[in-house]
Amino acid sequence: MWAYAIRRIIATIPVMAIVALFVFSLLYLAPGDPAAIIAGDQATPADVERIRASLGLDRPFLIRFGEWLWNVLNGDLGVSIFTNLPVAHMIKQRIEPTLSLMVLTLTFAISFAVPMGVVAAWKQGKWVDRLVMVVAVMGFSVPVFVVGYVLAYTFALQLDWFPVQGYTPIASGIGPWINNLALPAVALGSAFIALLARITRATMLEVLSQDYVRTAKAKGVDQKSILFVHGLKNAAVPIVTIIGLGFAGLIGGAVVTESVFAIPGVGRLVVDAILRRDYPVIQGVVLMFSFVYVIVNLCVDLLYTVFDPRIRY
Amino acid sequence: MSDRPAPPVADDDEGKTMKRRDLIRTAAFAAAAPLAAPSIARAQANRVLKFVPQANLSSMDAVAGTQYVVRNAALMVWDTLYGVNAKLEPQPQMCEGHEVSADLKTWTFKLRPGLKFHDGGAVTTRDVVASLERWMVRDTMGQIIKGRLDALEALDDRTFRFRLNKPFAKMLFALGKNNAPVALIMPERIAKTDPYKLISEYVGSGPMRFRTDEWVPGSKAVFEKFADYSVRPEAGEWLAGGKRMMFDRIEWLIPSDAATAGAALQNGEVDWWETPLPDLVPLLKRNRNINVDIADPLGNIGSLRFNHLQPPFNDVRARRAVLMALSQQDYMQAVVGDNPDLWKESASYFTPGTAVYSDAGGEVLKGKRDIEGAKKLLAEAGLLGAKVTLVVAMDVAITKAEGEVTADLLKKIGFDVDFIATDWGTVGARRAKKDPPSQGGWNIFHTWHAGADCVNPAPYTALDCGGDKAWFGWPKSDAVQQGILNWYDAPDLEAEKRAIAALNRASFENATYGPTGFFLMYQAWRNNVSGVVKAPFPVFWGVQKA
Repeated sequence: MWAYAIRRIIATIPVMAIVALFVFSLLYLAPGDPAAIIAGDQATPADVERIRASLGLDRPFLIRFGEWLWNVLNGDLGVSIFTNLPVAHMIKQRIEPTLSLMVLTLTFAISFAVPMGVVAAWKQGKWVDRLVMVVAVMGFSVPVFVVGYVLAYTFALQLDWFPVQGYTPIASGIGPWINNLALPAVALGSAFIALLARITRATMLEVLSQDYVRTAKAKGVDQKSILFVHGLKNAAVPIVTIIGLGFAGLIGGAVVTESVFAIPGVGRLVVDAILRRDYPVIQGVVLMFSFVYVIVNLCVDLLYTVFDPRIRY
Repeated sequence: MSDRPAPPVADDDEGKTMKRRDLIRTAAFAAAAPLAAPSIARAQANRVLKFVPQANLSSMDAVAGTQYVVRNAALMVWDTLYGVNAKLEPQPQMCEGHEVSADLKTWTFKLRPGLKFHDGGAVTTRDVVASLERWMVRDTMGQIIKGRLDALEALDDRTFRFRLNKPFAKMLFALGKNNAPVALIMPERIAKTDPYKLISEYVGSGPMRFRTDEWVPGSKAVFEKFADYSVRPEAGEWLAGGKRMMFDRIEWLIPSDAATAGAALQNGEVDWWETPLPDLVPLLKRNRNINVDIADPLGNIGSLRFNHLQPPFNDVRARRAVLMALSQQDYMQAVVGDNPDLWKESASYFTPGTAVYSDAGGEVLKGKRDIEGAKKLLAEAGLLGAKVTLVVAMDVAITKAEGEVTADLLKKIGFDVDFIATDWGTVGARRAKKDPPSQGGWNIFHTWHAGADCVNPAPYTALDCGGDKAWFGWPKSDAVQQGILNWYDAPDLEAEKRAIAALNRASFENATYGPTGFFLMYQAWRNNVSGVVKAPFPVFWGVQKA
């Protein structure tokens, strides 16, 4: 398994290289000009041109790409065109809120969605099953930002239970940390809960119709063991796959959620960078996200062996 | 026998053990501590102002860039030699005073004693000279000074002098104006930075120091009170007088979403919001804990910008036809809504209510709008049905509203409109292209100009008609350029007024751009905040929090 993991990690190198080339090319071809934004509305076209030259944006594509790639290979993601701050520093500033949001969202979503899916499968066709499906459809149908606004209005503005916006680092205490992230995690988790509950239900239905489950029932194994020991463990592989795939969805959703709740995360960083064409920041963040995504997929693959001993690498 | 010390309760062992009354006092204090804590916390909170700026603070160089949000932050961190008051009159700020020769060619200035930078270094004339040299490259008024400059010299640590080969009457205004690029004074080593490159060290001598270590671009910027700031004795007014900071920290919080900013203000999580979205203003006004008032009395002038290089607007008749049909009422209602207190029609390129305002020559914007006349003019010019590429930044509420009204207007008078909906970043790049629209160029884009930049021609780059060197759209008119020079050389207010009237007339004859109306924006702050004033930029000195 370790050899497999190492091979997979090595395989990320060409993937990252392709991502790097793709992102750089895309930004080169996309309209927009950071020099014009730095110069501001009062600047003359000549001023903008001079700023562009001072930033080196007037140089040929291959030279710029080669220079950037060389720096990346040397562990240097460059500096922001606007703030002159190192991109790695800017990502480091923002990574904790984003990771916190994702961890809390995943914890919240998994702890609600999996039991919901299991119960819905167990009570197939009953009112509980229908209720879970209604919740799932609603979770899919209502956009994350709408859920966010409704939660903020209700629980922050009206009831004053949570703050409207912002982030408190975990170092300041678990309580304030959760207090700040509770609404964003629920908002971001709503669609994921729906997806995960449906997948769990469908997989559990398939597992519960297997012969070994019938045998277990015939042997008098109690319902709880059938569901959570025999059933859920065998249904885990597709569920873990969806959790891994959902991670990518959460990255996208985090961009919206971080904006609605003013969380200083990586999602907002990349949106702001795109709006002002801060190329080094965009490239750095996309590279980081693609690396994280590859690693998450690797973890998912390795987890298969835990849930299904028949799988070997 | 225990090795623990004896209980400290003996009354007769003074000096070694605690007396009973001490114990009671200590216990009482301990019991009261939680009660006192909120007031201590409140007192600390009162020393921190949480402010939502108009936009993200993406950089911190108000000389290399002209973004208003950067200028607003820079005005706290860097000081100026002179500073304008609410009447736009320049008053000494870092300078003690000045002497000027009768021919207005030699200007000698003396710095106040004891000025310090945030890094502890003394402010000297070497810093001033280097800062002004950088500023002169980028600023319109600075460029005029540079063009007339024989020497800018440091005579000693506190005295410096401009020697000009032509008189320049507006020197003090140039050094004290609030329009970007502002003549900010920074240490010589930083001021030596290429004027087209952003500085990376933010050391000024202003009332607040910038905490680079706490800067999270796109989310938060922190300013901390500079203990060694040398406050002038006069009352503070805009950029003039004593800049007395009542806060230890000012935190700029930058929510990317207006609704979130509004909710945070209502919830007391922020204290002051610079530019609330007009749609949210009625909601904020209903909240008893929030004050809402006009932010900047000088307001803004909406702009329909023509490309003078490309057909059809390289023909002045096409530009005039648009002005004949343009309804400022339509634009203003789209931009700020139905509240008539927030906008007015203004047949002028200049800011209404200011000393030199004139609407001479602006008849084309007055009275009933003449759609048929515009069509007729276009027909005469052979331009009916001509294609117009209208590039609209849909991510900016004002330009989106203006663009939609323009699309309707152009269709009504007979143009074939190609509506390009995009974002401001793309507009910023595309408007710099002189190519035909079919090759990535443009015919019209929208923006707006701060009224403070339209009080006279000095900061007003959009009015310039210098052809290739002019602002985007590259208008060319000798009459306009002469009008601008006449204003610079005007010896008194009456002469300035005459120059501005002629300039306004020439600008309308040229149809340099389409002024789409004058509008005001609101600001909103919590009731416990006092001292908020109306100005073209947020004035933090004198503001307090109860």
